[in-house]
Amino acid sequence: MHNEENCRFAKTHEWAHVEGDIATVGISNHAQEEISDIVFVDLPKVGQQVTAGQNCCVIESVKSASEIYAPVSGEVVEVNSALVNDPALVNREPHGNGWLFKVKMTAPAEYENLLDLNAYNATLKK
Amino acid sequence: MFIPHTEQDRKEMLEKIGVSSVKELLAQIPQELLYPVLDLPRALTEQELSSHVRALAARNKPLKNFIGAGIYEHFIPAAVGALSSRGEFLTAYTPYQAEASQGTLQTIYEFQSCICSLFDMDVATASHYDGATALAEAVLACLRVTGRKEILISAALHPHYKEVLKTYVRHQEGVLVKESPVGQDGTLDLAALEQNLSNQTACFVLATPNFFGCLEQAEEVSARVHQVGALLTALVSPLALGVMQTPGSYNADFAVAEGQPLGNAMNFGGPGLGIMTAKKAYMRQLPGRIVGIAKDKNGRRAFVLTLQAREQHIRREKASSNICSNEALCALNAVIYLTLLGPKGLQEVAELNLERSHQLAELLGKVPGFKLKFAAPFFNEFVLECPVPAKKVIQKLEKKGISAGYALGADWKGFENCLLVCATETKTEADLKAYAAALEGI
Amino acid sequence: METILKHNELSLEKSRPGRRGVRFSAAQKGAAAYLPQAYLRKTAPKLPELSEFETVRHFTCLSELNYCLDGEFYPLGSCTMKYNPKAYDLLSSLDGFTQVHPFAPESSVQGTLEMLYHFQELLKKVTGLSAFTLQPAAGAHGELTGILTARAYHDARKDFKRTEVIVPDTAHGTNPATAHMAGYTVINIKSASDGCVDKEALQNALSDKTAVVMLTVPNTVGLFEKDIREIADMVHKAGALFYLDGANFNALAGLVKPADLGADLMHLNVHKSFAAPHGGGGPGAGPVGAAAHVAPFLPKPMVECKNGKYTLTGKMPKSLGKMKAFYGNVAVCLRGYCYLRQFDDSTFKDIGENAVLNANYVRVALKGKFNAFFDRTCMHECVLSVNPAEMNGVHTSDIAKRLLDYGFYAPTIYFPLIVPEAIMIEPTETESKQMLDAFVRVMEKIYDEIHTEPQTVKDAPHSQCVCRIDEVSAAREPNLRW
Repeated sequence: MHNEENCRFAKTHEWAHVEGDIATVGISNHAQEEISDIVFVDLPKVGQQVTAGQNCCVIESVKSASEIYAPVSGEVVEVNSALVNDPALVNREPHGNGWLFKVKMTAPAEYENLLDLNAYNATLKK
Repeated sequence: MFIPHTEQDRKEMLEKIGVSSVKELLAQIPQELLYPVLDLPRALTEQELSSHVRALAARNKPLKNFIGAGIYEHFIPAAVGALSSRGEFLTAYTPYQAEASQGTLQTIYEFQSCICSLFDMDVATASHYDGATALAEAVLACLRVTGRKEILISAALHPHYKEVLKTYVRHQEGVLVKESPVGQDGTLDLAALEQNLSNQTACFVLATPNFFGCLEQAEEVSARVHQVGALLTALVSPLALGVMQTPGSYNADFAVAEGQPLGNAMNFGGPGLGIMTAKKAYMRQLPGRIVGIAKDKNGRRAFVLTLQAREQHIRREKASSNICSNEALCALNAVIYLTLLGPKGLQEVAELNLERSHQLAELLGKVPGFKLKFAAPFFNEFVLECPVPAKKVIQKLEKKGISAGYALGADWKGFENCLLVCATETKTEADLKAYAAALEGI
Repeated sequence: METILKHNELSLEKSRPGRRGVRFSAAQKGAAAYLPQAYLRKTAPKLPELSEFETVRHFTCLSELNYCLDGEFYPLGSCTMKYNPKAYDLLSSLDGFTQVHPFAPESSVQGTLEMLYHFQELLKKVTGLSAFTLQPAAGAHGELTGILTARAYHDARKDFKRTEVIVPDTAHGTNPATAHMAGYTVINIKSASDGCVDKEALQNALSDKTAVVMLTVPNTVGLFEKDIREIADMVHKAGALFYLDGANFNALAGLVKPADLGADLMHLNVHKSFAAPHGGGGPGAGPVGAAAHVAPFLPKPMVECKNGKYTLTGKMPKSLGKMKAFYGNVAVCLRGYCYLRQFDDSTFKDIGENAVLNANYVRVALKGKFNAFFDRTCMHECVLSVNPAEMNGVHTSDIAKRLLDYGFYAPTIYFPLIVPEAIMIEPTETESKQMLDAFVRVMEKIYDEIHTEPQTVKDAPHSQCVCRIDEVSAAREPNLRW
């Protein structure tokens, strides 16, 4: 199971956790706090190609719409359908059951370039 | 005008600000441009204005109106205007502060509810500018949903709606608008429709009644559209839905309408009332305000603007539309009208429209030289083929105090002799006979 | 006490089968006599069934739950909530205007056409622009019309490389959304530290790819762009058009003509500057004016006068087409026409002058407790900012709600985005000194409450028919209809 320690982070606050060539993607605890009460997650479609650094998903609160950028490139193979009825899951368990989607990676090296938890936390302090 | 300050007020205010004149406050403006000559005419007092504007109104010549073509003359019960003209509705702003705007918010919720039920659709917005812009925005939503680039429209769509649609989509990259033709009976040629539809088609725009007044075989059309994975956007008459099959019943994905017939005057075509509805799946694709039910912190029912993250004030250039205001007051007229009529009253008025227009069609079709152009079923207007150009007929009947209809020749080739004629519940049987009599001898 | 009548019972909940508000003479035959069975509705719509009296009472009671300009001061920044004269309500509802069909023969609608023609002429006079279209239904619709007009202008010159629209970060959200709708890429530029356009940033953003620069004048922090002429020159030198967002025209009325500022295109909000009511969100009207070189590209038709006869001319070969069915929100334009006819050169400037006077009076009177973010003379509105560290956990949104308790509508809040905890106040010229003084006293009282009983402010409003609303659950599980 993914948790803060075994994930890597993008500067834009997404995390990825890799098992084999599948990356599970979510947003950081810091990001969910910033967005606050999430009311809707506009998930990508299964089969959609995503590119690292490009937006592929939108998270809405009452007063904001935040774009989520794919941390790695590849094909979306699964989306977290639990978020359709319970978007607040992202607030409650950003690193657990509040994951967003899974990507079959086409460039696994991209994962290696993401930040580890310490490096990510360091970016938040700036 | 309308400025309450006395000289004393002004003096005290300037003192408080710490300047000696208002002009000092205007130092930010390039001084050489300040106080330009405007050359406005003499200012009128309220009394003079009243005489002047009444004289203008009197310069409009009242004619017995038989034109429809997108704007319809209907009876408006007195309570509609009496209620909607209350200052509490008329002079309120968009309900940003929900707690102090529950009246407007609840009326919008009731409007959305009445419209959803009338259309058999899942979601309706608080309203749009008019039917044409509502249609254009629905089509933009279809492009976003499907990712396809081809828009197929009925050739019998209102010519203004065609133009507005083209204006709205012109700068969407790679987008193409195609027309699907109408057959001999005035309705869509289904075989041609099938040929025109493809897996490139984002949506088909169905108008029923169409611009010729003819009712389409909506279920047949819908099946063909969905077969290729395209979406169906239906443009309908809200008043006809008192008796007619609903967009929801034939599986429309979006349904739009000009809501003017519901309690709003013709006003030379504006303001209109854009009605926009969709299936629940496309709820977040809808542009403009939407009101929902919420609870206040004591658990009491309250109404609030919701799903706002779609809108321009949050998404800015990422928003699907720039729309900000709507036609709330016209929507209020519509919901008061629907509340007064109820399901039975709406059915009655729809049936009266059917009856009057069919009576008129029968009368006019019997006048020597005139005949009905199409055989398809119709609601409250139909195409009359004349022995002379339709424009001539309009001119001649104007002299007899009758506004005969809309001449189709400007928009459809070969239709120079065709007149689009409408009769609503506002016309008595005597009016219909007078029209027929006026045609005799043309 | 048992509450018998719930204040917000829905009309459908009051409904009883068989009740009627209005009757029509029955048709002789039912719908089935005229339409095939397949075309008929299968089930009746769920519309309320109420008597006329119940309907009147229902909507009257609902209206009483609203704050409205007629009843309360509405310091809503950027919205110009000024008095809506009652004469125009009456005159715009004359049968002679309301009962006119848009396709009626022109000879039978000369009164309406004459009014529209002269409204176009008056708008030209007060702005200095060459032509006006009355077609746009609202301000945002006007913006779209203006940007599409600009696009038609560039396209006609075969200048297809212009794909960008420059918008400052203080702009209304409609500006970038409009540019995007017109197929342009939006270039956002930051404002300078004085709240005006950063000329260097603008110069860097301008290029031969710039189609339009959109600026609100005065800008949304209530300041006049001091170098506006220079900015207009920069825009024109780059071959781009200058679109002046006229949402704040009330501040310019009679003081300066937008054409003199270099505007190529602008929209006006009849429901703001020209005193038409807002109607709870519309209808408005957003006429768009253009300088001579851009005018041929405006939407068609326009009203012309030939030998004393008024006519709609569709002969505009370069026109962008149509923005709306028919000709515009005519009933709203009629109100704007009435308004303009009540001024001459010597009185029209009173609008702008007193709008500026009132805003500065409020700005100065609140100083010390609530300070303007850019602390200098403003135009028609002032934008205040609060320092969260000094607010005992109270936010701008709480202050807005607390104002409701004291009988004032709230100012615009959290806009413009560059001002933290923004409170944007536009008093307009029609409010009296007494009303402004009362507003200032209440704001001071709220300031004191923030420091003595902050919870009272955070829990506001206490006086309305409902308390603070849970918008989160409303958006998570939308209930949008019965």
